[in-house]
Amino acid sequence: MSACTGCSDCPGTEYAAVSGTKKEYVVALAGNANVGKSAIFNQLTGTDQEIGNWPGKTVERAEGILQYEGHRLRIIDLPGIYSFATLSDEERISRSFIVHDHPDVVVNILDASALERNLFFTLQLAELGCPLVLAINQNDLAMKKGIFVDTGKLAKILGVPVVATVAIQGKGIAQLTDAIIAAARSPPKPHLIEYGKEVEERISRIISLLPPVCSGYPARWTAIKILEEDPDVLALAGQCSHEVIPVARACARELVAIHGESAGTILSGERYHAAEQLGREVMSFGSPDEFPDTLTERIDRLALHPVFGYLLLALVLGGLLVWTFFVGAWVSEVLTNLLSGIAPVRPLVTGSVSDIVFNGAWTGFVAAVTLIIPYVVPFYLFLSLIEDSGFLTRVSVMLDKGLHRLGLHGKAIIPLILGFGCSVPACLSCRIIESPKQRFLAAFLVTIVPCSARTVVILGVVAAFVNVWWAIALYIIDFVIIIVAGRFAFRVLPGESVGMIMEMPEYHIPSPRMALGQTWSRTKSLIWIVLPSYIIGSIAITAAYSAGLLDPINAALSPVTVFLLGLPAVTGIVFVFGIIRKEMTILTLAALFGTTIFSTVLTPVQLIVLALVTMLYIPCVSTILALAKDFGWRKTLLLTIGEIVMAVAIGAVAFRLLSLFM
Amino acid sequence: MASEQTEEYLETIFDIEGKEGTAKTSAIARCMNVAPASVTEALQSLSDKGYVNYEPYRGATLTPKGNEMARKVKRRHRLLEVFLKDVLKIRGENVHDEACRMEHVISDETEQALCKMLRAPSRCPHGSPIEPCNRMVQDCTECLAGRSGESPGSRDTALLPVTQLTPCRKGTIAFIRGDRKIVQRLTDLGLTVGTEVSLLRKSPGEGPVEILVRRTKLAIDHAIADNIFIAPCRESHE
Repeated sequence: MSACTGCSDCPGTEYAAVSGTKKEYVVALAGNANVGKSAIFNQLTGTDQEIGNWPGKTVERAEGILQYEGHRLRIIDLPGIYSFATLSDEERISRSFIVHDHPDVVVNILDASALERNLFFTLQLAELGCPLVLAINQNDLAMKKGIFVDTGKLAKILGVPVVATVAIQGKGIAQLTDAIIAAARSPPKPHLIEYGKEVEERISRIISLLPPVCSGYPARWTAIKILEEDPDVLALAGQCSHEVIPVARACARELVAIHGESAGTILSGERYHAAEQLGREVMSFGSPDEFPDTLTERIDRLALHPVFGYLLLALVLGGLLVWTFFVGAWVSEVLTNLLSGIAPVRPLVTGSVSDIVFNGAWTGFVAAVTLIIPYVVPFYLFLSLIEDSGFLTRVSVMLDKGLHRLGLHGKAIIPLILGFGCSVPACLSCRIIESPKQRFLAAFLVTIVPCSARTVVILGVVAAFVNVWWAIALYIIDFVIIIVAGRFAFRVLPGESVGMIMEMPEYHIPSPRMALGQTWSRTKSLIWIVLPSYIIGSIAITAAYSAGLLDPINAALSPVTVFLLGLPAVTGIVFVFGIIRKEMTILTLAALFGTTIFSTVLTPVQLIVLALVTMLYIPCVSTILALAKDFGWRKTLLLTIGEIVMAVAIGAVAFRLLSLFM
Repeated sequence: MASEQTEEYLETIFDIEGKEGTAKTSAIARCMNVAPASVTEALQSLSDKGYVNYEPYRGATLTPKGNEMARKVKRRHRLLEVFLKDVLKIRGENVHDEACRMEHVISDETEQALCKMLRAPSRCPHGSPIEPCNRMVQDCTECLAGRSGESPGSRDTALLPVTQLTPCRKGTIAFIRGDRKIVQRLTDLGLTVGTEVSLLRKSPGEGPVEILVRRTKLAIDHAIADNIFIAPCRESHE
């Protein structure tokens, strides 16, 4: 830090210069995965950022505002990060924010039970000269395990404020807020931890060659990153000094000669050594028990058992689906009765503009309320219980081997399960997977998982008007397609598959308040998308119908719909609207035929083919946007076109086969 | 006895010992397709050289010296198999016999070069694990990057992959096999050379293993865990 004084670019002086006058402070929450960053975020901002007991929950930064004693704090919740060196996508988001956006305060959240490993990242933040505040979270759990952290001592050694918290109970949050405000006003300068002599010598040699205004970061951090051969920093340093790179190379070689391993590994080793020593100084242990028979140990003996573990898994996941269907169907019926008492749904209306608009909007509203909400709410409620408890990570472990066959690993089951709710968050959560190939593969499979919208179509079209067995068969067919498509894509896609390394969190007893809050926030965000798209969509259909615009579209699509799939020509428009949201197919169908009793207008074969194609033919618009954001348009379009071709091919075959015996 | 024959005998005894505890004369004879009488003679000679403990009618076990020799040859054999299959594309059924002949003649230098060229493989084409080399290094990064200057000396203790630790026994990480990427990934989660780890649980069918490191539990893919090598703590064997 000290080497940068006087340079305008350096974050160190910037903080000092601006903090006195600033009204709004930017506060970043950073730390390892699953230490409770989102829980602290929720406590600070009073919002309901989703939290869950598995590493990698937060894949995008979330923002919230805290107004406190006349200060306005913009709080940013970052994805979990273990080190500034590894570069998985979500870690890159965190690194880039901390390094480039210069937040006023970085709150480093640490898991009290795994202090050494957490301190490894703290030391990197200190090197970067961040104005740090430490929150030692989950302090209660640590104490139960007999680990006591001396926060005062830690604060003294590191030179930054340290607060003990239990975020889910709100303990220590007031103290943390005070510490953040104090730190924003006068940024604390973290003490630097010295490494071994050989390393320090070379760091100072590189520092001496760096011009004062070089990368915009503290000279020591820059020097260490150059030594570690970090590509980004190397490029920056190369621009401002020609001598430094060869010297750094020489230094790295010397270190290799001394220690017999790469400079990056040596520095990590040094940092861990420092973290270990620091940990030893501030921790004391109550119970000397080596392998305590904790609740987690006892549950894991069952959950990870080679036989009972799989039984439990089947029970929980099966339970999730069965619960969703039964509760969903019941709630849906109740709501339908309730709403039909208010005003009848008359999808097909011609007449005055206001009639069209009102009927379209009302139909859309009823469809959203009776079709989506009943299925989504129970699913998310059950899911958040599984997540909060920590069971989801055990599912990953148990299914790791099976997913290898699809070129994936255990972590991929998390997006796949989320996919039963909504594909959009499921696609985003694929970021927890490290290799680009596996990430795309997982996202591809997520788009074929029957999300709640598709479940509604299967239930509303097939279960209701053919029979429930055909609905189950469609589900099974979908799983088979996922496996076959997965194996095919695994072979075809370039790139490597890497194995899983995942932290296993302790089990928590899920809190009902949290589960309800989480379900509400997920449902809410869905409603924001669903209600408008339903209402606008259904107005559009009614309007297009009365304007006579539908026939040309149907005619253009009839080679596919009529010839290949054996459906009536009017279904062309159904598929077009299904791109917006999959459930729109039902809505459109009802509007076009003027009835919700589909069996009067379509044969059983047509109903099954319609549901099958709807299930597969394209990710909905929101999913396409989410995919494009993470994988680029080229891959997204390829995937979209591939799925259309696949759906039409499978639908055409199904139509011909089913016609033989139905 | 020629050195080639010695090595073949040691390898056979090593294999049988691994399965049955003691290598009986008859079992060795069956395996090597020779007469039991010649086996008895050979075992006597190996015993004289200090490679095996031989008790007539009970069979033979390898001495530490014999064990080291056998493992060294095994490593060469499996590396050569990978080379023959993956690089030279030799047909599957010939790979083993070919490697059997070549394993006795290659030097340490060639062995190291092979390992480097094949990017430190962890298994032979038949799925048997390849032991790490006995060079005193902490990981493969320098060797693979071609920066392995002078010889770092050699290790005298046998290393064990973390997957083969007995559950709830401790050990210290001594060596990580793999390139910079994997070493970095493990390092970030606290798995560095010199760290104490213990195996908590293995899952069936070579599924992920659960280990305890720095007070955190990690589930690690079996194939990755196979490349984390442990020097087992002696004192924990009470």
